[in-house]
Amino acid sequence: MTELHNYTLNFGPQHPAAHGVLRLVLETEGEVIRRADPHIGLLHRATEKLAESKPYNQSIGYMDRLDYVSMMCNEHGYVLALEKLLGITPPVRAQYIRVMFDEITRLLNHLLWLGAHALDIGAMAVFLYAFREREDLLDCYEAVSGARMHATYYRPGGVYRDLPNKMPQYTPSAWRSEKETREMNEKRQGSLLDFIQAFCEAFPQRVDEYETLLTDNRIWKQRTVDIGVVTAERALQLGFTGPMLRGSGVAWDLRKKQPYEVYADLDFAIPVGKNGDCYDRYLVRVEEMRQSNHIILQCIDWLRKNPGPVILEDAKVVPPPRAVMKESMEALIHHFKLFTEGYTIPAGEAYAAVEHPKGEFGVYLVSDGANKPYRLKIRPAGFSHLAALDEMSRGHMIADVVSILSSQDIVFGEIDR
Amino acid sequence: MRLQDKLLSHLNTQGFVFKISEEPLVTLSADAPREQLALQCAHEECTLILSKHALLDVAKQLRDEAQFSFEQLIDVCGVDYLSYGVDEWVTDKATGTGFERAVDREGIREIPFSGPRFAVVYHLLSLKHNQRLRLKVFLEERDLRIPSLIELWPSADWFEREAFDLFGFLFEGHPDLRRILTDYGFVGHPFRKDFPLSGQVEMRYDKTIGRVIYQPVSIPERVLVPKVIREDSRYAEGEYPHD
Repeated sequence: MTELHNYTLNFGPQHPAAHGVLRLVLETEGEVIRRADPHIGLLHRATEKLAESKPYNQSIGYMDRLDYVSMMCNEHGYVLALEKLLGITPPVRAQYIRVMFDEITRLLNHLLWLGAHALDIGAMAVFLYAFREREDLLDCYEAVSGARMHATYYRPGGVYRDLPNKMPQYTPSAWRSEKETREMNEKRQGSLLDFIQAFCEAFPQRVDEYETLLTDNRIWKQRTVDIGVVTAERALQLGFTGPMLRGSGVAWDLRKKQPYEVYADLDFAIPVGKNGDCYDRYLVRVEEMRQSNHIILQCIDWLRKNPGPVILEDAKVVPPPRAVMKESMEALIHHFKLFTEGYTIPAGEAYAAVEHPKGEFGVYLVSDGANKPYRLKIRPAGFSHLAALDEMSRGHMIADVVSILSSQDIVFGEIDR
Repeated sequence: MRLQDKLLSHLNTQGFVFKISEEPLVTLSADAPREQLALQCAHEECTLILSKHALLDVAKQLRDEAQFSFEQLIDVCGVDYLSYGVDEWVTDKATGTGFERAVDREGIREIPFSGPRFAVVYHLLSLKHNQRLRLKVFLEERDLRIPSLIELWPSADWFEREAFDLFGFLFEGHPDLRRILTDYGFVGHPFRKDFPLSGQVEMRYDKTIGRVIYQPVSIPERVLVPKVIREDSRYAEGEYPHD
């Protein structure tokens, strides 16, 4: 009888649990993983090189397409790097709006992660509930920027425009009767802030519902507890950031430790795990959703009381308002120069990092004084997490690779760039 | 004590010679002796520029010395300085040729960058002291070998593979220096400045042969918005628009 040898298994790039376009070459012995070799780059679009060929503002839209489930956080990292080199600070109201949308984005990201994670492990229902909530949050994106995903809302010097006083309304059509339309529009009668507030007041109970489905669920625990354990020390060595690092018990959050925008003035807590397994990472992210919700409510409160400008009045960087541009020669010249050539940034280099839902998202920008970046390096959070997949999954079963992979919250837009 | 002072006082005792600068770009010859360092501070960030012969030694101290304790290597990336400071459209004098100046690539001012062509940039983070440091090692095209930091920080693994893939740096001591982001069988290092934006080859299905083939790129490269370097005083000291 011939002896059985190691078996090499090709997982993806078309596998539904591969979270996009991951090709995973698994070396197995029976059903036990001996080596996992992720092949990435199937979604590589050379975003950084493309950015080198365009004026600064034209690349903001590319940032949305990096991690395409946490769009505005990517923009935030890029815009912060630009502002650092330009030496400008946006108005406080713009900072609050950015923080509010960063946290909305965190909810969007964690909801998708929760749904996909549960779906990978075999719980279908959570995915549907999570998408119900995402729908409302994407409506907020739409109300403020006109786009449901790729918003291009943050600009150097502030945000593109102020929060609208009226939510967009559904209109009756061949598929939707007047009565249905009225019901759908019922919660959209107030301003955007009213809409978000209503969402935030209902959201903690929604999180309770997910927890009822999962947290003490026997199957859920069997699939996640003690799977993919990473110690705190090892997590640091492997370059983990964000919930992956906090799941291993390291209380590190850039929002607290290196606060940007107005995070220093807001009240929130940093949830930390104990064992560094998939279950702890799940608990950390669920608690982060509650904390984000708390932050959003504080921002709403401040934004209601403090109207004001949301972008700098600095015609060398920020294009003048359209109405002014049509009246004033000076403004027309600024408009023309900004939209043909763009602004130049003084020579130098800077690194700006934000606490992205997945970890530390950093932008390293080198400028030689031109109107385009000389070199733009994006430090994706998921890159070093996926690099550790081999180590995390060795000795586990094939089915556990799926749990580990989805507990890392992988999105290929940012890993492949 | 500030990070730059700690670096100065610690490394001075070991015979390292510092050049301190606030210039936007500080270079160090790729053949510079091991002891030569440069320290650049701007935008509340510190950059330590060092020779590749000193890299492993200094990096180990930065990780292990209690006053630095950089536990994390956050990022590794390459920079190609080939066209640094070279603009695609000279606009300091009037012209009769109009927009052609940007389209016609012959008119591009060719002043090659005088310093070493490549740099490898490392970003370190210390959780204990809540500080960041950037390391920079300059390399010449003729010798792209540089020691790998994978023994010190395992997170260097994929970042170094990426830098190898995109720029062609050879990280000595890396156990598995394969391409990571580009296609299987890719030729060249795409993030170098002399690699065209639209690439060298394109892929299409050939009906007559009945399979996918590679062929040279058929679309000529063009510049939509020319790169312009403005030497006005817009951002000179005290001239920041918000002041």
